[in-house]
Amino acid sequence: MESESTTSSAQVNGNLAQTVADLSKHMLELDEDDDLEVFIQDALINQYKLEEQDIKDVFITVDCPENHVTSIETFVTYRVITKTTRSEFDSSEYEVRRRYQDFLWLKGKLEEAHPTLIINPLPEKFVMKGMMERFNDDFIETRRKALHKFVNRIADHPILSFNEDFKVFLTAQAWELASHKKQGPGLLSRMGETVRAVAASVRGVQNRPEEFTAMNDYVETFGQKMGMLDKIAQRIVKEQKAPVSTDIVEYLEGMKECGPVYTLWSGSEDQLVEPLKAIAGCIDNCCKVTEEQVAGLSENQVPILHEYVLCAETLKAVLRRRDNIQAEYESKVDALASKKADKENLKHTDLSFVFGGFLGKNTEEAKQQKEQRLDCEMKELKEEIGRLEDKVECANNTLKVDWERWKRNMQGDVKSAFVDMADTNMNYYKKVCAKNRGFPSMKL
Amino acid sequence: MRGSEILERMADSTSEDVAVVGNTDFAAADLHNNTNNTVTGYSCFSKTMMEEGVPLLKKMEISVSETEKRTGKNAVNMQEVYTVYLIETRPVDAITEGQSTAPDSLWRRYSEFELLRNYLLVTFPYIVVPPLPEKRAEFVWHKLSADNMDPDFVERRRIGLENFLLRVASHSVLSKDKIFYLFLTQDDGWKDVVYDTGFQAKADSRLKALNATFRVKNPDKRYTELKHYSDELQSVISQLLRVRAKVADRLYGVYKVHGNYGRVFSEWSAIEREMGDGLQSAGHHMDAYAASVDDILEEEEHYADQLKEYLYYSESLRAVCRKHELIQYELEMAAQDLVSKKQQREELTTGTVRTFSLKGMTSKLFGQETPEQREAKLKVLEEQIVEGEELVKTSNAECDEYVRNAWVDIDRFKEQKNQDLKEALISYAVMQISMCKKGIQVWTNAKECFSKM
Repeated sequence: MESESTTSSAQVNGNLAQTVADLSKHMLELDEDDDLEVFIQDALINQYKLEEQDIKDVFITVDCPENHVTSIETFVTYRVITKTTRSEFDSSEYEVRRRYQDFLWLKGKLEEAHPTLIINPLPEKFVMKGMMERFNDDFIETRRKALHKFVNRIADHPILSFNEDFKVFLTAQAWELASHKKQGPGLLSRMGETVRAVAASVRGVQNRPEEFTAMNDYVETFGQKMGMLDKIAQRIVKEQKAPVSTDIVEYLEGMKECGPVYTLWSGSEDQLVEPLKAIAGCIDNCCKVTEEQVAGLSENQVPILHEYVLCAETLKAVLRRRDNIQAEYESKVDALASKKADKENLKHTDLSFVFGGFLGKNTEEAKQQKEQRLDCEMKELKEEIGRLEDKVECANNTLKVDWERWKRNMQGDVKSAFVDMADTNMNYYKKVCAKNRGFPSMKL
Repeated sequence: MRGSEILERMADSTSEDVAVVGNTDFAAADLHNNTNNTVTGYSCFSKTMMEEGVPLLKKMEISVSETEKRTGKNAVNMQEVYTVYLIETRPVDAITEGQSTAPDSLWRRYSEFELLRNYLLVTFPYIVVPPLPEKRAEFVWHKLSADNMDPDFVERRRIGLENFLLRVASHSVLSKDKIFYLFLTQDDGWKDVVYDTGFQAKADSRLKALNATFRVKNPDKRYTELKHYSDELQSVISQLLRVRAKVADRLYGVYKVHGNYGRVFSEWSAIEREMGDGLQSAGHHMDAYAASVDDILEEEEHYADQLKEYLYYSESLRAVCRKHELIQYELEMAAQDLVSKKQQREELTTGTVRTFSLKGMTSKLFGQETPEQREAKLKVLEEQIVEGEELVKTSNAECDEYVRNAWVDIDRFKEQKNQDLKEALISYAVMQISMCKKGIQVWTNAKECFSKM
């Protein structure tokens, strides 16, 4: 497989068309579900690329967290309401309750089905502090918002939103979902998949296309920078989890002490009462405005930065999976090459049949048997290679397309986060200013 | 005796215009001949008023313009490093006449300023004497150093010392003091001159003053109120300064952390295609924002210094009140003493024992005194009573005099304080407004950059 240095959509589309054509040739030989999935994926990508539409027809809200206590454990569920006009759905409105584990399950299924699509990260599973933090109000609210964003991003994705498991997640009642979870590839086949994946990652990829190496470098740096920005934002504003107070919060505490002292002072004075009380008023106003500023920054900016720190990890995982797919393909190609070499060797050496000769076998016959076996194996390999070649092609293309999509989203999110930050800070200064303006008019 | 000397002068002086009480007048030319002039301070009623009732500052330009580090041996013969301040003076006339002559100058160190102030405190106890800038840095926050050698501290102290001199020089009473004039103009031997005045002997001991505070029977209500006010002022300003230091520290942190944004944006812009430019320029604005805090906090420090001056002024106020208590106490003691002496005389004369006394008991037990002994005792008593009466008279006069003079200066101080603090508060608010305007500017620019990403 050649790497493509330019990613003009014409070439990509051309490739896709070629892929579809190839696949249609293999259609009669389809015998596994994932081949079918690959086929559907390609068709959808084709459609997506040509049409480039983003019509939102699935609206989801995640709200109303509730505590549930069973004999074994305590957990929180969230209400998930779906409103849709899609024909794939039987009804136009659904309401279900889901817990964090269900979201995790969904993410896992989506990753399995679409290994090289970029899926929004979920909020973190555990908090550093310990078990009790799970039930803290702030924490639950932050998590709820993140879960809301998670499902909506999936709903907006042209491929992911049509995923069957996603539909089940949105519509099934609790017991239905439980039984659905139990279906799917059995334990053994899943284990086989894992083994293959591990083997592939150990082998490593030989000829990774240039653009994916570039992507890797980008993600490395991006993740670093996001981590730093996340820390900076939390340094300025109160971090919801840590007991350590931060700059603005301590500033606020100091200012809160100031106002009353000026008021107290005004009680001792006669001539200075007016300006002292005015300053006390300004300071109290400043405190109120600062609290609004802190709330604004905590709600908007901090979560977005944090999400993109997690995103960097998601991206790394996606790139790894792509690499694994390519590695698998490469290993088959290597295997084929070594079989070919074996076949060549058959013609030239008799040494391996000496032993067979001791057992009374006809060396010529044994040779022919071996050759036949090799031919058979090579044929199988070639088929598999063909299949894997398509898989790699598909994976690369979906990743490339989704990468662009992710970048657009990221730019939009980051831009809006920082514009919000600028707005919050501007409003802060404007409001403080407004109260102070009464001062200079005071007569000396 | 001192008491009679005072009475004599009382008789001589006219009762009007006692507000200006000071030393004898002098002309610059007489300075070097008058080194023996003793200064007697408040108890001296000067018949000669000042030729012009104009404070020194109107006639002379004063500034503390430079600082220098020196090394030398101190009292225990150890090497020390200290700072000296250059005092420059120039007669105002020199400039108005179109010429500008070079100013006279001399170097003084902080301890000499302290000596001058202590002298003024003792010599003019009824005046609210301007304070010196703090001896050691108090109410610091992390950026400010507590080190006395730190250049910022030295600079702020220079300004404070100049302010002190200007305040003294503009005071109608203090500015006329000879020792003050010499401080500004006499390079060598000034210290000796000060010590020669013997002012240290006149300083009231702390213990005496404390004693008086608790024993005064009829405290003057106005002074009690004044003392409460000075306590409240001190408490309130201390609280403010303490909180302000904490707030300044945090504000500094908030601004500086935004500098980190600038750095990360810059690094991040290197890997972005479309967002790169926007990030880069936004980063510059973040850096500018972080840097702007230095100016803001410098102005805030100036405001804090203005508050500090009045914090230390409250100490001066308290000193005036304490002195009054002492005088009042001495008056009460003198009066009490007189009463008891008169009683004793009565007893001796009439032979009755009104109050229990050991003498009375012993005389009863061991027999009465001889008439000669009694005569002698009576005579001594009579003398003492006469003295006592005089003492009471002078103490009374002292007290009244003190109260009158002090109250004039207290009124002056109140006016000055109200004016100064009002200005300080207003300029603080103005400074806040300017800080907000800068903030709005920076974030508007940053927003533009972000929007273009």
